[in-house]
Amino acid sequence: MLFKTLSKPEFRNLVDLLLGSTEVIAPKQIGVNNDGKPLHHYLPVQEFEEIDLEYEITEYSAKSYFLPFRENLSSCRFEDDDWTQEIHYRLQPRVLMGLHSCDINALLKLDKVLAGDRFPSPYFISRRRNTFIIGIDHYPCEGGFCQSVGADVVTHGFDLYLTDLGDRYFVAINSDHGYNVLMQVDAKDTTGQDNKDYLEARQRIASKFEPLNMHNLPNLMDIEFESEVWKRWGKKCLSCGSCTMVCPTCYCYGVDERVSMDGREGAKVKQLYSCNLLDFAAVAGGHNFRADRETRLKYRYYHQHRGFMETYEEPLCVGCNRCGRVCLAGINPPEIIRDLQTEDQV
Amino acid sequence: MKYLGIKPKRPKIAVFDFTGCEGCELQLVNKEETVIDFLGSVDVINFREISSTISNDFEVAFIEGAITRDDEINRLNEIREQAKVLIALGSCACFGGVNRLKNAYDFKKANQEVYGKQHKETLPARAVKEIIAVDLQIPGCPVDKPEVERIVQHLVWDVPYQFPAYPVCFECKQQYTTCVFELGQLCLGPVTQGGCRAPCPVGGSGCWGCRGPAADPHLKEFLQIADEREFSRKEINERLSFYSGFEGML
Repeated sequence: MLFKTLSKPEFRNLVDLLLGSTEVIAPKQIGVNNDGKPLHHYLPVQEFEEIDLEYEITEYSAKSYFLPFRENLSSCRFEDDDWTQEIHYRLQPRVLMGLHSCDINALLKLDKVLAGDRFPSPYFISRRRNTFIIGIDHYPCEGGFCQSVGADVVTHGFDLYLTDLGDRYFVAINSDHGYNVLMQVDAKDTTGQDNKDYLEARQRIASKFEPLNMHNLPNLMDIEFESEVWKRWGKKCLSCGSCTMVCPTCYCYGVDERVSMDGREGAKVKQLYSCNLLDFAAVAGGHNFRADRETRLKYRYYHQHRGFMETYEEPLCVGCNRCGRVCLAGINPPEIIRDLQTEDQV
Repeated sequence: MKYLGIKPKRPKIAVFDFTGCEGCELQLVNKEETVIDFLGSVDVINFREISSTISNDFEVAFIEGAITRDDEINRLNEIREQAKVLIALGSCACFGGVNRLKNAYDFKKANQEVYGKQHKETLPARAVKEIIAVDLQIPGCPVDKPEVERIVQHLVWDVPYQFPAYPVCFECKQQYTTCVFELGQLCLGPVTQGGCRAPCPVGGSGCWGCRGPAADPHLKEFLQIADEREFSRKEINERLSFYSGFEGML
């Protein structure tokens, strides 16, 4: 990895440069909740002042800039006895800045499924390749457990990654594009003091995590497949799908065919779906493999912490706990995992 | 014009209003960009908002409004006899809607309050399905025009249509909305039938449940969530009974 430092005023110059040349998405405060806690979303910004890099967590992940909740996959138009098809990949360059390590790790996991596997998605890849990513270090967020799933550090998947050293940023450069952009402002070579300050800053962050016991989770889950834990938590599930919408890694979807009212145009529309919704495993003949709430909830956790682990040797979950925060019923991974670890073994 | 080699059916439709505000009927002629094609895909036989033609030679009947009088019951029976497909259009026709609120009051007093000395005959407000067989229900206050379009496409071209199996929350989240519970408001989104694209919570005010219960709604957990957030049972019950979609479930 190549490192540089950037003074705060120079960082502002860098952002202004980007704002002047391309679309920039960044964490922005959109208000406060009922308890006065600030609410942040990743949103398009026009001014440096709109960006809040001190944010704790965004309500929604950055996923939807790569996997939109709804996306037109293909349109067709009928004319006389013929028809034409149109497929659109989003190619416009975009800057996505202020991502924490969990959200970048989430993109790396999505890469494995949607960019590197046997069925790469050109819709995803075109967005991913044309997005310039600037990450930033942060202290653990409340309820988050990214360190326990190895998502608190990130070594690739970004262009630039910042660590705040007070009067300056320590910048990790991970792409030639990132290097070229950084060279447009006055970035300095790192000194021994910079390296020392950076490593200390990282240690300070690492020391703030409260570990969650994830030990042997895939095997534990196999053994606890019939556990009361699933009944206890599953019976609370509203089956509303909010958890999967805010999740940075849930990628399941459905495809729907639409016809225009004049009957001349059609479209295949993809919609991100949720394994917690009632009809997720509904099949022909009116059968439903996962008709009850607890089974659906359980399988979401099995995919995140066991199924994905089998295929990719890492969990799909990045420990951001957005699903836990958004759930009105209070269903959250740290408590479920703790319950599984402490439940009487069968 | 054939669609994928299928000749459209061009059903003869009629729209009838009962006790309601005619807002759902107005929705049928809303959405300017497609209204010409929408009305062109069907044969409008009887629809007073767009045509003075009156005929009883219809196949598909849209019923708007709740049923609150004796003469309405007779009229409804006649429509049912003629219609091959009968559709309850809007929350009043599907559930009784806001009209049903009167059922909890003394009718004499209610009559006095609304009509003064000009007393009107009235029955307890009922949904269309409580009187005659209904083939399809399109809930909403008002109905969602894109949804009506898809249902009409289903009737005209046999394009499959299914009401979503998810509650309002799902589409609300797809629009980056901050949950209105988080802002201290009550919202029926978790238990209400989705498909409307959540205009109320997205606009900052909680869902009032005009589309009725979602498939397999989790009312027990919902009530606990609302209790925990210290909404009074009175407020919760008033909200759930506002459009009467949850009638009999509380």
